[in-house]
Amino acid sequence: MAHIKLNNEELPGIVGLLNYRPDTGKALTDLAEVLLRGPSTLSSGEREIIAASVSYWNGCHFCHTSHAAAAAAHLETGITLIDDIKAGLPNTPVSDKLRALLHIAHQVQRNGKNVTTEDIKWARDLGATDLEIHDTVLIAAAFCMYNRYVDGLGTWAPGPNEAYTEMGERMAHVGYGKF
Amino acid sequence: MPHINLPSEFPGIRSLFMFRPETAKPLNELVQTMLHNPHPSLSAGERELIAAYVSGLNTCKYCCNIHGAIAKHQLGNDGDTVKQVLADPETAPISDKMKALLKIAAQVQSGGKNVTPADIELARSEGASDVDIHDTVLIAAAFCMYNRYVDGLATWQPDDEALYDKMGEQRAREGYHTPPFKVNREETVS
Repeated sequence: MAHIKLNNEELPGIVGLLNYRPDTGKALTDLAEVLLRGPSTLSSGEREIIAASVSYWNGCHFCHTSHAAAAAAHLETGITLIDDIKAGLPNTPVSDKLRALLHIAHQVQRNGKNVTTEDIKWARDLGATDLEIHDTVLIAAAFCMYNRYVDGLGTWAPGPNEAYTEMGERMAHVGYGKF
Repeated sequence: MPHINLPSEFPGIRSLFMFRPETAKPLNELVQTMLHNPHPSLSAGERELIAAYVSGLNTCKYCCNIHGAIAKHQLGNDGDTVKQVLADPETAPISDKMKALLKIAAQVQSGGKNVTPADIELARSEGASDVDIHDTVLIAAAFCMYNRYVDGLATWQPDDEALYDKMGEQRAREGYHTPPFKVNREETVS
């Protein structure tokens, strides 16, 4: 049970929190929408992989599994991607550029100051633009927020990966704040 | 030097807001709603203290200084209280409810799962409402984002206390939606 009395306790993870406080909920979903589904030279599948990876590193089951399911929906990989993200993507063909961006995201997850000029250079040498580096840092930072919000208020989350398939489809193809 | 090419007349997150207006919009809307808009039981000064305190724990110089300055102005020009909260909330001249909420904020900063039922119980026994607890967790979580964003792209973060005070006075008075003033980098200490 959550640490506070939500309006609808059947809603899992962040969904119950967005419903509890719609004022902040609107800004939070608008941010997710532009970061993960807005126009970008990174595909939505790639951006959801960054979001899911950071959430996994932060130990947030709800955010990791739901965003990994959204990545799977975008990339049409099937939900084996959820566990592959936990393992560092050994079985998913991703670009070297995305691996360099994931490294930057991992540095941000620990603390912003951990990002070094070498980390940036590695990504740039593999073709990453300023905007892609910016968005990677902001996605990683934003999930350090969403994860703490979801876990800090003790929300509940479905267990098995299969329970997230439909949610991932909606996140990928309908959008944030639209269902 | 910033990791990416940012406008040089604006420090910290303001340079990032100029760089990417599409993400600036919800980020600014969130901070306005959390910290400046009317709240049933936490003053703007109290909410700014939570933001400054968490930014201090994350060692983000820009965010800690600017939200400390906004808190000072929201608290009737009381810079001493801000300094004491940043040093040690337990001995600072703030309410027991605020002390309990800052404890929750510190737990959130180190990891969302670190918040215990006992932390929540303590805040409740000092008079914190569900909305107070919700907003404290969200403010603490959000500053774990803003701090990483500002530091992760190595934005320019001045050392000039008078500059933060001037920027903080503007934000306390106007809220977050008005445009920032340009800073002449030559005139600042770093």
